[in-house]
Amino acid sequence: MYKIVKAEKLADLIYLMDVKAERIAKHCQPGQFVIVKIDEIGERIPLTICDYDREAGTITIVFQTVGASTYRMADLKEGDSFRDFVGPLGEPSELVHEDLESLKKKKLLFVAGGVGAAPVYPQVKWLKEHGVEADVIVGAKTKDMLILEDKMKSVAGNYYPCTDDGSYGHSGMVTTKIEQLVTEEGKHYDHCVAIGPMIMMKFTCLMTKKLNIPTTVSMNPIMVDGTGMCGACRLHVGDEVKFACVDGPEFDGHLVDFDESMQRQLLYKTQEGKAMLKLKEGDTHHGGCGECGGDK
Amino acid sequence: MADVLKKTPVREQEPKVRATNFEEVCYGYDKDEAMDEATRCLNCKNAKCIKGCPVSINIPGFIMKLRDGDVEGAYEEIGKSSALPAVCGRVCPQESQCEAKCIRGIKGEPVSIGKLERFVADYALENNVKPKGADKKNGHKVAVIGSGPAGLTAAGDLAKWGYDVTVFEALHELGGVLVYGIPEFRLPKEKVVKKEIEKVKELGVKFETNVVIGKSTTIDQLMEEEGFEAVFIGSGAGLPMFMGIPGETANGVFSANEYLTRSNLMKAFNKDYDTPIAKSEKVVVVGGGNVAMDAARTALRLGAEVHVVYRRSEEELPARVEEVHHAKEEGIIFDLLTNPVRIIEDEKGWVTGMECVRMELGEPDASGRRRPIAIPGSEFTIDCDTVIMSLGTSPNPLIASTTKGLETNKWKCIVAEEEDGKTSKANVYAGGDAVTGAATVILAMGAGKAGAKGIHELLSKDEN
Repeated sequence: MYKIVKAEKLADLIYLMDVKAERIAKHCQPGQFVIVKIDEIGERIPLTICDYDREAGTITIVFQTVGASTYRMADLKEGDSFRDFVGPLGEPSELVHEDLESLKKKKLLFVAGGVGAAPVYPQVKWLKEHGVEADVIVGAKTKDMLILEDKMKSVAGNYYPCTDDGSYGHSGMVTTKIEQLVTEEGKHYDHCVAIGPMIMMKFTCLMTKKLNIPTTVSMNPIMVDGTGMCGACRLHVGDEVKFACVDGPEFDGHLVDFDESMQRQLLYKTQEGKAMLKLKEGDTHHGGCGECGGDK
Repeated sequence: MADVLKKTPVREQEPKVRATNFEEVCYGYDKDEAMDEATRCLNCKNAKCIKGCPVSINIPGFIMKLRDGDVEGAYEEIGKSSALPAVCGRVCPQESQCEAKCIRGIKGEPVSIGKLERFVADYALENNVKPKGADKKNGHKVAVIGSGPAGLTAAGDLAKWGYDVTVFEALHELGGVLVYGIPEFRLPKEKVVKKEIEKVKELGVKFETNVVIGKSTTIDQLMEEEGFEAVFIGSGAGLPMFMGIPGETANGVFSANEYLTRSNLMKAFNKDYDTPIAKSEKVVVVGGGNVAMDAARTALRLGAEVHVVYRRSEEELPARVEEVHHAKEEGIIFDLLTNPVRIIEDEKGWVTGMECVRMELGEPDASGRRRPIAIPGSEFTIDCDTVIMSLGTSPNPLIASTTKGLETNKWKCIVAEEEDGKTSKANVYAGGDAVTGAATVILAMGAGKAGAKGIHELLSKDEN
């Protein structure tokens, strides 16, 4: 069992937890992920590591409720435990391997969308700790959905919040902010890292391609084991088929086939929705899920 | 008295009934049936069956005890050689191993060794017969990577010899392929696998789940920081192979690994569990091995019409005869001498069919089997909504790529000596699918035994 030492609601449907997992906290690097399983009947849920404390032996995760397992995870409190918590999985972010001196000469831009701010944070923090300042754009639907703002501000060079509805910061999508920074403010970036919903990463990549900024994305496809065994997470990167769990999760965003990956994400969508409905309605559940026959 | 030339028949679930549930197909013998069958053993002096067994169980030895009604004695005899008899009694290909060598088989049917082993092991599990452990610990720490058949066997043997053994498992359940790969209807998880692993625990073996060696920690760190003197790698095969034909990333195409992992490990066949599995009308399974049969029979039980597409003929099907027989009985349709060309998807990326080509057999190839050759112009389409690729696996590179000095071959398999599991790295031993590529449970167990012996030779040497 893996004890939750802190649980916090960051925004509607978005939760942060610090979980005791000493082996993982000792070895993890920015860019890697963990798989959590709440209990016997729960799904294995892959989550990018948001922060880690090597001394305390804890890992910070941030998740959004999307299916039955994450819906139940949202109810966990400090002192509760996950049945399973495994990692660190995947390859560390490539910047960890880069020569620090040449990294210091580069201008880096991080673009986060929604809950994607969580995996962006440890990378920016790692850079700050190694004397590299990076600019960060964070996008959210509305001000209330913007997460980890104080943390991000404390490690970012320039910090640019954006909201779709204009309730805070730049009004509009992250892509328009990128364009504004580069074409209007004359900023130059050598590399961009974009993490968030696939649709946001897709359009960010279209923009950075236009602006000629090499871009890394962190893919979050459907996974089961997360160790290369099932192949559920396969995606096209250029002409090659890659497994996000062992070859990634980070890839060259200009080569990823986002349309295919977005299609694959819909694979269990109706089934997840049905399971959620059944769980939410509990004893009052009376059909509509298509499974129980209650509406027949 | 029944016909002495024939095996005592074993009771099975009716094909029509079992095709709709996940209960075990074969019920096994009861005590009377088992003792009856045991009388057929000739107790040969030079018992050929033992040579046919990859872990060299004293087969006539345990059968004689069983014949005399001493089931516990029979269990103790098997326990000297095997830590997983309830598993092996169910999934070993006895027809090509022990039973193939049985003298009874020359004129008539061989002794039903597998079913007898299963009876003895099940009796021990049901009556909680304790395995015989070490008299005293020797204080040497050994790490075993992977809790599949190879790892469990190595761990069990080492514990019996007094070693302090810890098994590290990457997944959240113990058993490796026994839990994620082989379905419930062939190998019950709660009743058999879990209980048999409990027996290994009773020998003093410690288990740690959710540890991915190569990620959570490394072999070098286990030896340098955690005080393990030797390591046995039984990490299994892992990466699923695909054909490389168009459409393989369409929605509705799965590796057999994924399909079976969802159903077996994540229990997606049970609606109380959160993990989903595809709801299919018509499934095509590509491949002809035991894993293909498992995937096909799982899809059938989940309510689909199931076709197995295999490029050679029935004679070359690599699956066990018993599995093919069971699959046919249950209503699986075999499209033999057929090879997929591409997977057809609709505009939203969902599978709607598979284009195939008919094959014929030509001259024997390197494997000694006749090479299948496509018949030009024979292309046709099978309508389906799900395709399960069961083409084998290749070893997971996680361990090899993170362990300094561990040699692999061109198939990325770890190079290890057959007789003692020794690798190119000092104090590191390996066996099972990680070394051989995908093979059987019992061969992995044989390799686990060899590795345990190798480690024992290494660590007991210091004491003399």
